Amino acid sequence: MTGGLPGAAPDERPHPDGRRNSQGVRIDPEVEAEPEPRRAVLSATVKHEPGVLAAVSGLFSRRQFNIESLTVGPTEDENRARITLVIEEPDPGVEQAKKQLEKLIPVISVTELEPTASQRELALIKVDGEAPDQVQSVAEMYGGEAVDASQETVTVEITGSRQKINAAVDTFRRFDIREVVRTGTAALERGAEQTQ
Amino acid sequence: MSEQVPPTTQTEAEAAASDEAAEDTPEGVTTGASSVVRALENTGAEYLFGVQGGAIMPVYDALYHSDLNHVTMAHEQGAAHAADAFGIVSGDPGVCLATSGPGATNLVTGIADASMDSDPMIALTGQVPTDFVGNDAFQETDTTGVTDPITKTNYFAGDEDTVGDVVGEAFAVASEGRQGPTLVDLPKDVTQAETDVEPGEAETPDTYNPPEEADDDAVEAAADAIAAAEKPVILAGGGVIKGEATDELRAFAREYEIPVITTMPGIGAFPEDDDLSLEVAGMHGTGYANMAITHCDVLVGIGTRFDDRLTGGVDSFAPEADVVHVDIDPAEISKNVHADYPLIGDAGRVIDQLDDELDRRPDPSDRYAEWREQVGAWKDEYPMDYATPDDEPLKPQFVVEVLDEATDDDTVVTTGVGQHQMWAFQFWTYTEPRTWVSSHGLGTMGYGLPAAIGARLAADDDQSVVCFEGDGSFLMTIQELSVAVRENMDITVAVLNNEYVGMVRQWQDGFFEGRRMASEYSWCPDFAKLAEAFGARGFTVADYDGVEDAVAAAVEYDGPSVIDFHIDPEENVFPMVPSGGKNGKFALKADHLDQL
Repeated sequence: MTGGLPGAAPDERPHPDGRRNSQGVRIDPEVEAEPEPRRAVLSATVKHEPGVLAAVSGLFSRRQFNIESLTVGPTEDENRARITLVIEEPDPGVEQAKKQLEKLIPVISVTELEPTASQRELALIKVDGEAPDQVQSVAEMYGGEAVDASQETVTVEITGSRQKINAAVDTFRRFDIREVVRTGTAALERGAEQTQ
Repeated sequence: MSEQVPPTTQTEAEAAASDEAAEDTPEGVTTGASSVVRALENTGAEYLFGVQGGAIMPVYDALYHSDLNHVTMAHEQGAAHAADAFGIVSGDPGVCLATSGPGATNLVTGIADASMDSDPMIALTGQVPTDFVGNDAFQETDTTGVTDPITKTNYFAGDEDTVGDVVGEAFAVASEGRQGPTLVDLPKDVTQAETDVEPGEAETPDTYNPPEEADDDAVEAAADAIAAAEKPVILAGGGVIKGEATDELRAFAREYEIPVITTMPGIGAFPEDDDLSLEVAGMHGTGYANMAITHCDVLVGIGTRFDDRLTGGVDSFAPEADVVHVDIDPAEISKNVHADYPLIGDAGRVIDQLDDELDRRPDPSDRYAEWREQVGAWKDEYPMDYATPDDEPLKPQFVVEVLDEATDDDTVVTTGVGQHQMWAFQFWTYTEPRTWVSSHGLGTMGYGLPAAIGARLAADDDQSVVCFEGDGSFLMTIQELSVAVRENMDITVAVLNNEYVGMVRQWQDGFFEGRRMASEYSWCPDFAKLAEAFGARGFTVADYDGVEDAVAAAVEYDGPSVIDFHIDPEENVFPMVPSGGKNGKFALKADHLDQL
């Protein structure tokens, strides 16, 4: 290689000690400060038009956000839909997710819901139908009900918090689960507070 | 009796002729396509860059009657780059057109390029008729799907009565707030369908409200930090130019005597011949800019997204600095580098806000005096230089300097991507905004020539346009020379020809033990002869003696000219911060790379 410029070599120059973490936050060199991921529930109102969901899911996949669930449906206003997104990210990632979401032109507003918000999920659990009575009683324990029964299987519907669904799925394992489908979380702020 | 034809008959003939013309030029909107054209006319667009084709033909037909100037490009990629450069130089969105399928996909590189650099641009693509959409019809591509990640927003225009409004909205969205490319996909049945609905005024949707002024408390806190600093620097990005904030930036920096660094897209935001200028920081930035970034205690970033080519490894970027970050896009705040003082708003307005706040405090510029002295010492310690003995092969840096000397300060420089691009910014002194047109974020080889075509049409007639290309980069879009010749565009192309894809060769030598896999380009054509074949002027220069004459002749020539400079094939770009490295540990020569 030819060429080159005058000046002190790299190691002959002064270098500061300070540094930043992988998120670009300036940190004490003595302290490791990599942020821990947390679960965040984001609620977005969007224009009710084709392509919005694709834009949102595409945004999240190409930025490698770890989505736990994404639900979408119409609202009281026929021109608007609501998307509820649950992500697991460190704080800077959650902030990025919100801001990137807000940037999409058809997105009207984005808020992060409090952990106390009403959060519900629906699951359909299809189990072996050898003991329908027992399946029915377990379903009742979780406030659910059988919605389909055949010679071989019983399908149960459970609605509730994510933890409750997890617990129900665990409990139903004793009946040999054949299939499970879950909708992902839908959420609204509690009380009279409007979910923006 | 023909001699006695009364004058009134002539008038009637004229009237008949003008009636015929009126029939040729319908006044109102008649089809979706004419609504598209009307919407473009309403925005004040002057030029369209495109390539015709099946699904976009109704729009071309509507253009037949329009005063809009359509520039037929040799390839759709060229159309997109030309529109992009038009947007950079003029400040108004450039417009490009292509047909469906391959036309649209050929635009993709140019759209992605504009997206990465936040350049205002609108792309109009033909699409197969609505009934065929989704059926893999001939020349069908899911264009909105493909371009979703690389547009600010895009539209599938499904209704002839609203298609004009959609085009207007796309135009408005492209230019407001953080600028960027938008796309409207135009199904052929929609553009062919009859409608008499005139498009309304071009406006952004009501959900789009870019912020203007930063929060007062945040401004106050940032001003406190700047006033308390001892080693501040300003880092001006492309947003300063896009936000028309160069006057505010210059006044602010000079009032408080704060050294200014620019990013590559920010070149021209601050004059590089000013004492306060440290030019460009980053991978191939100046040693003094990178030293200043590494040692500053407050860094005022304005309109920059802290790209990794600027920051190096983020853990070592400005490790002692509190970061004030001014940006119109809230999503840029703390995306790559944490902002201690986020100021979300229009660059010019926020600089004014900061200025007002600082004026309420004692003048801090004395406190910065020692820092300015240190920065000056770094300028002396790490000068930008190169060796020029006569017996050496021609150095590319010399070529850049000669062209700079031979042209005015307001000359627009466009570049391809590679070593030549780096020399073009390192050894040319930029003093005005919108005179540096390059592909930064995407790093698109072949950008320079089509960009020069767009820049030529956006620039004033008395502004020169110089395009730097490398041999490998030039070969990628050389067909656009036909357009420059056809339109007789006064463009000087300087090919810094080292018979390598030079930057790849430099990295292979530096990081791959010299294995020059696929980077030797000794098979390139004779560019001067090729230029002549296209109908342009061609020159070949292989030594120092020929440079000035060829430059003078090419600059003088009123039309496109190409100078093929055979430069030192082994010359490398320094300083260099290896990818992900520390800005303060830049290499000044090859053997420094081993120490990093």
